[in-house]
Amino acid sequence: MLTLLFDGIAYGMLLFVLAVGLAVTLGLMNFINLAHGAFAMAGGYITVLAMSRLGVPFLLCLPLAFVGTALLGALLEPTLYRRMYARPHLDQVLFSIGLVFMAVTGVDYVVGSMQQNIQLPEWLKGRFDIEWVGIGKYRSFIIIVCGVLTIALQWVLAKTRFGSQLRASVDDPRVAGGLGLNVNRIFLLTFAVGSGLAGLGGALGAEVLGLDPTFPLKFMIYFLIVVAVGGTTTLTGPLLAALLLGIADVAGKYYVPKLGSFIVYTLMIVILLIRPQGLFARAGGGK
Amino acid sequence: MSAVSQSLRAHATWRWWEFALLAVLLVSWLLLPSHALLLNEIAILALFALSLDLILGYAGVVSLGHAAFFGIGSYAAALFAKLVMPDPLVGMVVAVAIATALGALFSVLILRGTDLTRLMVTLGIASILYELANKLDWLTGGADGLQGVVMGPLLGQFEFDLGGRTAYAYTLAVLIVCLLLARRLVHSPFGYSLQALRDNRLRAGSIGLSVNLRLVAVYAVAAGIAGAAGALLAQTSGFSSLDVFEFHRSAEVMLVLVIGGTGYLYGGIFGAIVFKLLHDLISAWTPQYWNFWLGLFLVVLVLVGREKLMRPWTWFGAKKS
Repeated sequence: MLTLLFDGIAYGMLLFVLAVGLAVTLGLMNFINLAHGAFAMAGGYITVLAMSRLGVPFLLCLPLAFVGTALLGALLEPTLYRRMYARPHLDQVLFSIGLVFMAVTGVDYVVGSMQQNIQLPEWLKGRFDIEWVGIGKYRSFIIIVCGVLTIALQWVLAKTRFGSQLRASVDDPRVAGGLGLNVNRIFLLTFAVGSGLAGLGGALGAEVLGLDPTFPLKFMIYFLIVVAVGGTTTLTGPLLAALLLGIADVAGKYYVPKLGSFIVYTLMIVILLIRPQGLFARAGGGK
Repeated sequence: MSAVSQSLRAHATWRWWEFALLAVLLVSWLLLPSHALLLNEIAILALFALSLDLILGYAGVVSLGHAAFFGIGSYAAALFAKLVMPDPLVGMVVAVAIATALGALFSVLILRGTDLTRLMVTLGIASILYELANKLDWLTGGADGLQGVVMGPLLGQFEFDLGGRTAYAYTLAVLIVCLLLARRLVHSPFGYSLQALRDNRLRAGSIGLSVNLRLVAVYAVAAGIAGAAGALLAQTSGFSSLDVFEFHRSAEVMLVLVIGGTGYLYGGIFGAIVFKLLHDLISAWTPQYWNFWLGLFLVVLVLVGREKLMRPWTWFGAKKS
């Protein structure tokens, strides 16, 4: 029972790191980026390939995945994404679906369609018991890494100069630009960091979620749920939504495996029906 | 007659190219008997895109889960033929009725919220139906698909043949009926009020249109037509599988509609023709990686601007800004 809760929390933390970049693009640029999962997949593949082909140790692969995907994001933002911000949502959806299709088939072509496995280092394998609760070592590793990341993110957003510039741009890009902030540069940096986080999440999650070329399609709906349910105005919203989703999904699949992903979808529709702006949206933050 | 009603009438009159298009559709049955199977697929896709045009092009509802109703129609028709009676026309009516009813039911969910919420809800509904069809394997055959569907002859006379000529004639008839129906609908006051609420929902509400009821109505009609398309697929192929609920089907129909252009009903037909021909061409060349080219096409289409790409004469014109 508690093991299940623990697994759910680990899963939720992972989802949060994966989806937080999406929350930012959506809240900041009002851009529906269905291709977010493609960045996560890129991070996963960077890790897998660096480990198996080049023999890079696992811990070194994680920052590598972050930097690699962040660079990819920094490359794509000014060339492709920036033109899309002012377009209608239909265009954005079509555009990012197109990117997803290209990423899925591109990876299929280069690496092959089989599931990729990650060789964890010895000290992360297995589990230990506290009282009667079995706790997977790798799961606790995920929780620690994601927890540290979350606190760091919160600190950057709330305390640093860049954080307040970012929040200013979220609230009103035009006024922020008028005050002399380089909104484009802030967007670029944020997009890159968000993509990098997705890449890191993909690298961490490759063992738990499984990694194959259809990854962006399989988990697209999960990321979107986190953002839609959590709202985009705060960090705590998506975090709580991700934890809720993680626990509900793990518990649902354990207790009533016949229902499959049913519970998650139904939960999402019910929540959105009651609170269309998300569970934790700020009142009157009319976006 | 006032100027307003005159201009409305001018919009609703039949143009020469509409007659030409209908004529081409009919002639294609006579002249291209060996391609009837491909033509049948195109017509089904066109009908599906037409239904999406009603809600996307006219009412402005972005949906990522329109395959839900396509799938419902498909399974309803296949199950009806298998369990109740094999007559295709009765099956069609039943499938359309079920899809319409579900459309009206689900439309409640898309009334509130932003574009994102609507995307999520439509996507979620399609995913739930997919799971449902997957798990109820005693009824739907699960992942193996629903097999052993035997269709009776059309009107009690015309058997569905292997070459697909009967099938194409049947599909064509349904397509034209739905097209005429949709045309009548969008040129009625109801159709104009839909465009009003697409352009500005708040203003439409404040001049006294009941926005929600209209959305429910058009969503139900669109769902019914999508159900008809799904039923056609199941009836002409004698098979229904989980594939009808898949995400890529919803994405595909959106692409088809966007290729042809939204908001004038015929976009679906042109889009379906272009899309299927492209598909055939590229698949013959590189069958496995067709999705890559589809994606590239989408990206380029949006970057160039979807209005512009379809109107080559505007490519080199001076930019007005």
